[in-house]
Amino acid sequence: MRHLISPLDFSVEELDKLLDLANDIENNPDKYAEACKRKKLATCFYEPSTRTRLSFEAAMLNLGGSVLGFAGADSSSAAKGESVSDTIRVISSYADICAIRHPKEGAALVAASKSDIPVINAGDGGHQHPTQTLTDLLTIRSLKGRLDNITIGLCGDLKFGRTVHSLIHALVRYENVKFVLISPEELRVPEYIREDVLKAHGIEYKEVERLEDAIGELDALYMTRVQRERFFNEEDYIRLKDFYVLNKAKMEMAKEDMLVLHPLPRVNEIAVEVDEDPRAVYFKQAQYGVYVRMALILTLLGIEV
Amino acid sequence: MLNISGIHEGFVLDHIQAGMSLQIYHDLKLDKLDCTVAIIKNARSNKMGKKDIIKVECPVEALDLDILGFIDHNITVNVIQGDRIVEKKVLSLPTEVTNVIKCKNPRCITSIEQELDQVFQLTDPLKEVYRCKYCEEKYINPARRKTK
Repeated sequence: MRHLISPLDFSVEELDKLLDLANDIENNPDKYAEACKRKKLATCFYEPSTRTRLSFEAAMLNLGGSVLGFAGADSSSAAKGESVSDTIRVISSYADICAIRHPKEGAALVAASKSDIPVINAGDGGHQHPTQTLTDLLTIRSLKGRLDNITIGLCGDLKFGRTVHSLIHALVRYENVKFVLISPEELRVPEYIREDVLKAHGIEYKEVERLEDAIGELDALYMTRVQRERFFNEEDYIRLKDFYVLNKAKMEMAKEDMLVLHPLPRVNEIAVEVDEDPRAVYFKQAQYGVYVRMALILTLLGIEV
Repeated sequence: MLNISGIHEGFVLDHIQAGMSLQIYHDLKLDKLDCTVAIIKNARSNKMGKKDIIKVECPVEALDLDILGFIDHNITVNVIQGDRIVEKKVLSLPTEVTNVIKCKNPRCITSIEQELDQVFQLTDPLKEVYRCKYCEEKYINPARRKTK
């Protein structure tokens, strides 16, 4: 039985197939409207989430299936001390597929090892969030037409941002992808990403501190939030924070077809004035998140339409 | 010079990094065995300068080589039967170790899930890096030879 625990669980070929399916769903939604009739998705969310859970639920409802589940550990048996292993064994007899979010790293892997139904990792603490990575890949591929031969800028908190790490892992498997890593010194990508992922794959990359210095060469810009509490002192935060705010003035320096992505929620790192720019695709990205989750549910359930 | 007699049946762990023998004694749970154990510290060695040696008189199947390979795969294991060395076992880095080390990441599922095995997998044989199967927390064996 197939699960999705890490963004690298699918080979490049399998990923291509999944993204093709997502695009077909986008173009022919009616064809898939009853594909999961009488199937049930359990959403087991041990910590709060709005977008991810609703995206999963929307995906299953679009496929004609139903959803059940809980949101928040307080309303689940975890509050009574039940283990993840026991919970998933029980859920296995209620639903056909399960999406799990849990604050502890590795929880989804534990669930998968005890489950009789496919398990999708919907986020395990600061560790992995593979469906966000699939969403990012589908967005870039659909709007750029390719995942190879691109220069992608990753901007903001590159140290703690799990979506950034997963995206780097996934993109190094494609030909001629260049990375521009834009962050303050304190929030550079961890050493293991530079050594074990970028250098190990012979990937071209550079690190810069100011977004203005790099924005002109990018095919896609992936923005993340720079949080005040990540800085060692207030002075550095004040000095650097504006470097990482994308506004109209900075967009004027960018290529005409550069994409702006963001995993959301956005706080103030992208000025609202940018939303009207056709290159701002972060809300479209949320829509692609539903398509890719629909494709994922069908793939893991082995349903062909 | 201190003399410790040979053993009739059992094993001799040679070329232990000086100072590591007591840790190995505990990790191999030799304290649980009801047999003769000799720990020789700081013996002279041409190759290593100083080394530790452990001699254990017991059936050889009592030894978990996987754990020993994880602790230090450069240790030589001499198997003794009828007062003679009958085999020199080569240790290798195990690809996976279960319940030998504990994940120190407080955010790891192993910190709360009942009776979940602590599993570490070898991810970089060259640098001898192990990572927790669940959260990928890095573990580098402190007993790793410093000369490498």
